[in-house]
Amino acid sequence: MTSLEVRGLVKDYRLRDGLRSTRLRAVDDVGFTLDHGRTVALVGQSGSGKSTIARLLLQLERPTAGEIRLDGRPVARRGAGLIRYRRLVQMVFQDPFASLNPHHDVAHHLARPLRLHHPELSRADVDARIRHLLERVQLDPAMAGRRPHELSGGQRQRVAIARALAPSPGILIADEPVSMLDVSIRLGVLNLLATLQREEDLGVLYITHDLATARHFSDDILVMYRGRIVEHGPADEVILNPKHEYTRLLADATPDPERRFGPAPR
Amino acid sequence: MSRPVLTVENLSVDYLVDPVVHAVRDVSFTLRRGEILGLAGESGCGKSTLAYGLVRLLKPPAAVTAGRAVFHAEDGTGVDWGELSTEQLRAARWDRISMVFQGAMNSLNPVISIRDQFEDVFLTHRPGMSRADRRRRCGDLLERVGVDRTRLRSYPHELSGGMRQRVMIAMAMALEPQIMIMDEPTTALDVVVQRDILREISRLRDELGFAVVFITHDLPLLLEISDRIAVMRDGRIVELGDAAQLYTAPRHEYTRTLLASFPSLTGDRGSFVRGVAS
Repeated sequence: MTSLEVRGLVKDYRLRDGLRSTRLRAVDDVGFTLDHGRTVALVGQSGSGKSTIARLLLQLERPTAGEIRLDGRPVARRGAGLIRYRRLVQMVFQDPFASLNPHHDVAHHLARPLRLHHPELSRADVDARIRHLLERVQLDPAMAGRRPHELSGGQRQRVAIARALAPSPGILIADEPVSMLDVSIRLGVLNLLATLQREEDLGVLYITHDLATARHFSDDILVMYRGRIVEHGPADEVILNPKHEYTRLLADATPDPERRFGPAPR
Repeated sequence: MSRPVLTVENLSVDYLVDPVVHAVRDVSFTLRRGEILGLAGESGCGKSTLAYGLVRLLKPPAAVTAGRAVFHAEDGTGVDWGELSTEQLRAARWDRISMVFQGAMNSLNPVISIRDQFEDVFLTHRPGMSRADRRRRCGDLLERVGVDRTRLRSYPHELSGGMRQRVMIAMAMALEPQIMIMDEPTTALDVVVQRDILREISRLRDELGFAVVFITHDLPLLLEISDRIAVMRDGRIVELGDAAQLYTAPRHEYTRTLLASFPSLTGDRGSFVRGVAS
């Protein structure tokens, strides 16, 4: 039962060009709420500030202005509060080839967050949880001893999802979780995320540039353009009936065979 | 439109490692003059290997083990690329068939200006061309893909990814080839830039009449721009047909699976239900 609320979020970066420096406003007055049990998609072009928002929510960056609230209270920036925040807000990264350490086996990747966030667990408990996590993401528990290079892209991303679920978070941030995967397994991984979200009552922020999956996998869509949220609404409404010019531009740029051939007889 | 410009007959490419990998198996198709042929398939299905095989750019351990690819010149004579010598191949590549490969934008040399890299194409293939002609032609080509000719003075790092990719496409068109092979030319770009480049490719194809082999895993994209589409799996073409036919009445099971992998942007949800593991 977690909710994450963002208000008036601003992030500036300083760009240096010789002696001069200019300011780039990557995120400009952004506000939204991530509620448990709901998926919010954040869409926009590259460079629109989507990933900066993910970094701000994960506290990998400090906002220049504005605040992030967890369950109504401003988030802790240090100490036990920060540790609790880190447990509750987890991330699935884009590239499952880079986000897993090639030197360690799958069990190690899942045991680390378990031990860090639940130090009271015995070794047997940790092993049992690892098996359980692997089953949750539809992997054979025998995979625990494998190293990342022995796994396919889809299997690796499942391990990354299991790792994010290990500390029992309330919020999951998924930054382009399937764009590096083969097309035929993308829907499977997204479906898995959706199933887990429902079972765990997670609030999910799905960051993507793919409007079609954003529409089908989320309740609400935020459209971002140059650091600002230019449109916000229920998924179908935003895609089928876009209000903002930029949303229309994005929708028109997305390949859609139905424009050429009419509705598919599927 | 209906005359063939490239005929591929029973082409097979193997990676001669142990055990031998049959990357392309017995592929046959014809490419018609001025058409856009889409080549779809997942990673590892052999689509890029096929592209390299067509222009004989395979590096060992890969080798064409059977079949041939015959290029038909405008006067009707056919040339089997497998029978050309290294020097003849060098001259024919880019002149007859040019290529834009995945991540081509990163294949520009970072320490040489765009102009010098561009002129290189003409210096090599059109040695008789005067300096003034070369310069003018380079500028014209850049403008054709929507990049200002003053950019010739730039170095690759001064251009955005989309611009670099346009520069590569302009270079691939420099000698007015009859076939352009594009392997995931827009995969690294975002949707808005991708749309611009696709429009550009379609417009130029209409203007100049070259044929395009467009390789990508993005089936909706192919369905929008291609005349015909070939679907590849495990090195074989499992279905080849008109884009409309492939979309409305796919014959092969795998084509249906691939089509179902892309939820529709504007259509109804169909059989697609969120949160039900497939």
